[in-house]
Amino acid sequence: MIRFEPREPSSLPRLILIPVAAAIVALALAAIPMLFAGLSVFNAYGLMLTGAFGSVFAFTEMLTRAAPLILTGLAAALAFRAKLWNIGAEGQLYAGALAAVAIGSGMIDAPSIVLIPLVVFCGALAGGVMMLGPTLLKTRLGVDEVVTTLLLNFIILLFVQMMLEGPMKDPMGMGWPQSEPMLDEAMLPKLMARMRIHGGLIIAFIAAIGIHILLKRTVWGFEIRAVGENANAARHAGIPVTATFIRVGLFSGALAGLAGVGEVAGLKGYLTADLSPGFGYSGIVVAMLAGLSPLGVVIAALFIASIFVGADSMSRATGVSNYLADLIVSMALICVLISGLFLRFKVRFVGAKSTEGVSK
Amino acid sequence: MPALTSRDHGSRHRELQDFAERPAMTKTSPDAAVVLKLDGITKRFGALTANGDVSLSLRKGEILALLGENGAGKTTLMNILFGHYVADEGTVEVLTEDGSLTELDPGSPHAALNAGIGMVHQHFTLAENLTALENILLGTEPLLALKSGRARARERLSDLMTGSGLIVDLDARISTLSVGEKQRVEILKALYRNARVLVLDEPTAVLTPQESDTLFATLKKLAADGLGIIFISHKLDEVIAASHRVAVLRGGRKVADQPTEGCDKRQLAELMVGKTVPESTRDSQVPGAARLILSSVTTGAGRDALHSVDLELLSGEILGIAGVSGNGQGTLAKVISGLLPPSSGTIALDGEVLTSADARRMIDTGIARIPEDRHKDGIVGPMSVAENLAIETIRKPQNQRFGFLRFEAIARRAKDAIVAYDIRCQGDKAPARLLSGGNIQKIVLARTLDASPSVVLAAQPSRGLDVGATSDVHRRLLEARARGAGVILISEDLDELLRLSDRIAVMHRGNLSQPDKTETLDRATLGLRMAGQSKEQAA
Repeated sequence: MIRFEPREPSSLPRLILIPVAAAIVALALAAIPMLFAGLSVFNAYGLMLTGAFGSVFAFTEMLTRAAPLILTGLAAALAFRAKLWNIGAEGQLYAGALAAVAIGSGMIDAPSIVLIPLVVFCGALAGGVMMLGPTLLKTRLGVDEVVTTLLLNFIILLFVQMMLEGPMKDPMGMGWPQSEPMLDEAMLPKLMARMRIHGGLIIAFIAAIGIHILLKRTVWGFEIRAVGENANAARHAGIPVTATFIRVGLFSGALAGLAGVGEVAGLKGYLTADLSPGFGYSGIVVAMLAGLSPLGVVIAALFIASIFVGADSMSRATGVSNYLADLIVSMALICVLISGLFLRFKVRFVGAKSTEGVSK
Repeated sequence: MPALTSRDHGSRHRELQDFAERPAMTKTSPDAAVVLKLDGITKRFGALTANGDVSLSLRKGEILALLGENGAGKTTLMNILFGHYVADEGTVEVLTEDGSLTELDPGSPHAALNAGIGMVHQHFTLAENLTALENILLGTEPLLALKSGRARARERLSDLMTGSGLIVDLDARISTLSVGEKQRVEILKALYRNARVLVLDEPTAVLTPQESDTLFATLKKLAADGLGIIFISHKLDEVIAASHRVAVLRGGRKVADQPTEGCDKRQLAELMVGKTVPESTRDSQVPGAARLILSSVTTGAGRDALHSVDLELLSGEILGIAGVSGNGQGTLAKVISGLLPPSSGTIALDGEVLTSADARRMIDTGIARIPEDRHKDGIVGPMSVAENLAIETIRKPQNQRFGFLRFEAIARRAKDAIVAYDIRCQGDKAPARLLSGGNIQKIVLARTLDASPSVVLAAQPSRGLDVGATSDVHRRLLEARARGAGVILISEDLDELLRLSDRIAVMHRGNLSQPDKTETLDRATLGLRMAGQSKEQAA
């Protein structure tokens, strides 16, 4: 028989150890289908490791992939801390990207020093505004934000497609549904010559530190934690619960919007409807892996990014589908969710005694 | 309690009088069979010894009170008995059908149920969306059967109900029942499973005095029919009134086990706490001018609504509000807390209109609010003691500068409060949820009373607290009164109200009576008013 006994609050080493263990277990479980595919597991993981860390190029590619994941991870982590379940980072990312392209592709002509901050701000604002509706519906009418934010993803993506097929279509794009390119002045600076790594990563790191400080050291962060942990007590103690939710919604959407800004203004240079391979949804995994800690998000995003980039590289070398990366990431999420149980409970195996379970 | 209909007025009244007269307990014969024996039970949680070498026995037809402060190990002991925990040492033996004592399989609620041990937990374990009958039968019916056998079950239950006096509407959904009725369903559930031993954990914590009296009358009847009963309590009055024998636990050890006859309150209190507890009493004091005035406040819907409530709270008085739970006291507390605006009527404090004020404004204007459910509304469990102490004033300059928290100032004030209010915790950084109920209440008291509020709203401030913590709460309320604050004390504990209040008003179905001076009132009068009789009728 297995018994669960509640634990005292977890110590920091255990808080770190358990996600790490979850990641290792996930890698071990993902080895099973690899064996079926006829791969040598060590070889395959070796290829993945080189694919993510083996060269300067590989490493910068991994960081490039991590930048939007950090931002969408922060979007989820911040919202979840207040128990505002924002599943709409994908849509907010596109909203941010759309705003960045709208501003940055010729609407305003200005030097970089003006245009870049403007593009970044408008992208963040657009992402944040996307959360306003769901948050107000939640606080005023009690509408479940999981449903509204999730469905809004599809609405925004369809809206982006409509814009790309219509008003914002690039006349020089040879009929492809893509936007006009960003002006050079609106592009985020590259961090290294001849590499794709861009200023979006810096924005992501600053955001992570900023959210960490916000939650730990400010009144707003105090109120977010209080509302998330016990909204009733927070309301009773005079904390403005509705305002806190709106604030969190705006911040969370803005972070996801910044991810979109980075992808268009840092990486692609123009907007297409396949800009994001699901960064918004992966952000949820990142946040959960990180235990909703803003600094943990950075580490978790690097882990997930290296899995994705490494798997791409391994896939090219072996011919095995890179869906394996999705598998590992999903396994890691499941393992972390299960490990949450171990954080809260001690598990004891008790020798089954002679109680034959007579049905009650 | 929704259904204080005229039908049960009479019976309730009689029970009240019965209780007041306190008929002598029928004695159990000392040679009645032992139905339950706990021997040398020890249970440790880490460094804490929750139970140390506790032995107890229970005879057929006996009511044993298990008395102790919160944290004395009463509930742990009963959880071991019921198989929720496994004891580190010691055995539990139960009388089996063949008349011998057999060791109970440890750690198996199933074995305990089969051995005829029924447990009524403090927080009921009923499925709210099922009917009473379905709840009682839950787990007793075979999964696959051609016919449900409910007709037979109904028949047996109606016999049980008439035999025990535990009458409930079997077809009513649990969610529509009052607390007292739910408890009856829990007891019926145990009886239906042929319980020979019934354990009740703090059965009166959620009941009004009248409901408690009814419960004990029932328990006595059940014991007379041969059921062995253990009830856990920290209320001395009910232990003396309702038990044959009392076992006192302190710090996990049994410090006394004696017949209740001949025990007095003071002696039991000392055994329980280990020292004498000063009982706070109110000095005479002339109240000052009116402070908080509610006029014709109407709000809410359903049973808990307020209908045109007028209230005038004077400075330097404690105004008690009595009433059967669910007659609008909760709504009144919400209105004064700023959580629910009145739909009509006005609220004013010292002339300042607060009708549409929110919680923040109420706090800032000087209304200290002690919530009824301190776990749900009082503290944010995972946050630290210091953060919980600062939560109401977090936006004040003392706690923040430019939106950044002033950690040193917050920690310093928390340390002061921990000393001043004797909050027992592992330091100001410990999560508040690890604290006992009494210490959580001290956090609430410390943060609300520290700012010298002009009005204190205390909703059920001592509910679920032990003697020591209760006396602490009372002392703090009396201090506030002495300082000139007006205190509104909403309580279902009539003894508490009569001891502390200068005036007492009664709530019934959302109407608040005019308050009367406490000197002119007694338990019986209040009980009748709580049941809805007007003053004239009562007189």
